[in-house]
Amino acid sequence: MYHTDSKEKEYSIQTKDVHLYYGDFHALKGISVAMRKNQVTAFIGPSGCGKSTFLRCFNRMNDLIDNARIEGDILVDGVDIYKTNIHVDDLRKHVGMVFQKPNPFPKSIFENVAYGLRVNGTQNKNFIQERVERSLQQAALWDEVKDKLKKSAFELSGGQQQRLCIARALAIEPSVLLMDEPASALDPISTAKIEELIYGLKKDYTIVIVTHNMQQAGRVSDHTAFFFLGELVEFAKTKTLFTSPRDQRTQNYITGRFG
Amino acid sequence: MKRYFHNFGERLIVGLLTLSGTVTSLTVLLIVFYLFKEGLGIFSMSPVEEGTAIAVNKQNPVKELSASQLKEISDQNITNWQQVGGPNAPIKLFRIDDITEYYSEEELGADFEFVPQRINEIVTKNPNILAFFPEEFLAKDFPGRQIFLDNISVADFLGGREWYPTITPAVRMGVLPLILGTLWVSFGAILLALPLGLATAVYMAEIADSRVRNILKPVIELLAGIPSVVYGFFGLVVVVPLIQDIFGLPVGETALAGSIILGIMALPTIISVSEDAMRTTPRAMKEASLALGASKWQTIYKVVIPYSISGISTAAILGIGRAIGETMAVLMVTGNASVIPDSFLEPVRTIPATIAAELGEAPQGGIHYKALFALGCILFLLTLIINVTVDLVSAKKRENR
Repeated sequence: MYHTDSKEKEYSIQTKDVHLYYGDFHALKGISVAMRKNQVTAFIGPSGCGKSTFLRCFNRMNDLIDNARIEGDILVDGVDIYKTNIHVDDLRKHVGMVFQKPNPFPKSIFENVAYGLRVNGTQNKNFIQERVERSLQQAALWDEVKDKLKKSAFELSGGQQQRLCIARALAIEPSVLLMDEPASALDPISTAKIEELIYGLKKDYTIVIVTHNMQQAGRVSDHTAFFFLGELVEFAKTKTLFTSPRDQRTQNYITGRFG
Repeated sequence: MKRYFHNFGERLIVGLLTLSGTVTSLTVLLIVFYLFKEGLGIFSMSPVEEGTAIAVNKQNPVKELSASQLKEISDQNITNWQQVGGPNAPIKLFRIDDITEYYSEEELGADFEFVPQRINEIVTKNPNILAFFPEEFLAKDFPGRQIFLDNISVADFLGGREWYPTITPAVRMGVLPLILGTLWVSFGAILLALPLGLATAVYMAEIADSRVRNILKPVIELLAGIPSVVYGFFGLVVVVPLIQDIFGLPVGETALAGSIILGIMALPTIISVSEDAMRTTPRAMKEASLALGASKWQTIYKVVIPYSISGISTAAILGIGRAIGETMAVLMVTGNASVIPDSFLEPVRTIPATIAAELGEAPQGGIHYKALFALGCILFLLTLIINVTVDLVSAKKRENR
C-alpha cells in the first residue's frame, strides 16, 4: 500500500488545508505543509496552539476522540490516510509514535518491544528475538537491559522507559516516527540521550517531534514549524527560523516574549 | 476566652470521633467473641439429648457406643449386639414410652413414682436391652450400666456427613454437606457470573459510548439494590420450574437454581468493581497499544485486562463472598436437603440457609443452638479468608504500579 513513486520521493508527509474541529472549537486552521524524508521536523509553539493535535493527525490518533472532525488531505508517503479504504491499524504500523510520558506496558522489557510484532501476527521466535535486540540497540538501550529482559519494564528509570518506548515503536519498522514531547518528563541527562538518539535515527526514519523546548528544536531538527492559535505561522529551515524569522509572532515567541 | 472555647470544641470533636471509632471496633470484636464462645461450646457437649440416660444390662460387655451407632440402632439398621462389639444377640430397644407395654398404670404409680424401680426390673430382666429414658427416672441403685457418649469432636463436626440436629437419642452434627453445599452453590454462581460480568465490564469500560454507559451503569447498580427475597421469589416462580422442565427433574429446587440466582446477585459487584479497575488503565497505555497497530480488541486483552487483572480478581473474590453469605434467595430455591450433592441438579443446603431455617426452632443454649453458632463461625472464617485474599490481591496491585 505504501509504494512510493519517484515524484513524491522527496516528501514523506504532505498536508493540504487541514482543518480540525473539536465540537465547535476550531483547533487547526487550514494547515498545509510538506515534510521531507529522513529529516527531523520540529513543531514548536505555546500550549494549546494545536501542534500536538496536528501531530496526532498523522497516525489518526484523533479518531479516538469522539467529537473530533477533520477536513483536508493528509498524505503519508503519497497515500491519503483519511481515505475510507485505509485501514487505520496498517497506517499506525507505518507511522510509529512516542508519547510525552513514558508509557511502557505492564509486561517484561522484552515483551514490551515484541508487542508490536505480536499484535501484527509475527510468531517466528528467532525473528522476534532478533528484532527486539536490534530495536533496543537502535534505541541505545541494549547494553543497559540485555541482562534483564525478563524483568518488568517498570523497573527501568524514566529515561530508560522512554528509550524502551522508542525501541517499541521502532520494532515494527515504521517509516515515520512521531514524537510528542518525548523528553518533557525527563531529566537533562536522559533528555540529552534522547536527542542524540533522534539525531542517529533520522538516517532511517522521517521524524516529527513536538517540543516545548526551543533549544531542543534548534539542536535536533532540520526544519521547524511554529504554530500559534491553530495556525501554522511559519515553516522554515530551523536555522533560518531561529535566526531570521519572517513573522513578528515567531520573533516574539523565540525571543521569549510569550509562551 | 474565645480561643479557649475553640480549643475545647476541637478536643470535644476529636474525643467524640475517637469514642465512636473505639465503640464500633469493640462492638465488632464482641460480636465475633460471642459467636465463637457460643459456637465452640458445642465441642464440650455430648450428642445425647440433655437429661437422657442410655443404659444396658450389666452382663452386656458393650461399654461404648458412638452417636452414629446409636442412630443406626434406633433406625433399626443395626439389630444385633455383634455389630457393635457385643455378643451375638438381637438388640432389644427400650424407650420410656414402651414402659406401658410392660406395666400397667397402677404399677407405675399415680405420679410415676414407681417408674425408676420398674426400669430397674426391666433392665435386669433383659440382658439384650438398650434403654433410653429420662435421667429423672434413674434410680440411685440402678442395676444396669449407663453408657456415656464422647463429646462431639472437631473432626466429627467438620467431617461428618450427616446433619440430623434434632433426632433422638443422639444427634448427628456433621456439617460437611452444608459446607460443600455452600461451596457448590457459590462456585456454580461464580462460574456463571464471572464470564458474563467480565464481558459486560469490558463492554462498559471500553466499547460502549458514554450515552449507553450512563444508562447501563445505574441499571446494573439497581440490580444490587433489589432485596434478596425478591430474587428468591423470582427464582422460585421462574428459574425453578424452568430447570424442572428443561432437565425433566422431579423437583426444580436444585443447586443449579441457587447458582443462577446467586450469579445474578453477584453480577453488580463483579461488573462495577472490574469495570472500575479497567477504567483505571491509563489512556496513554491504550494509546501506545493502538499506535503500534493493535486493534481495539487486541488492546483490550493484551493491555487493559493484564493491567487491571488484580482488580478483576478482587471483583471475582468479592462476588464469591457475596454468594457465600447470601441466605434468603438460596433458602428459597435450593431445596435444602442436607446431603452431599453429586451434581448441580440435586438439592443442596447451604450454611446460611441452615442457620436461618433452624435457629428459630433450636432451644437456646442447647446443642442444636450451639451447632448453629458453630456454623456461623465457619461462615465467618470463610468470609474472613475471602476478605484477606482481597486485601492481599489489592496490595499486590499497588506494588505493581
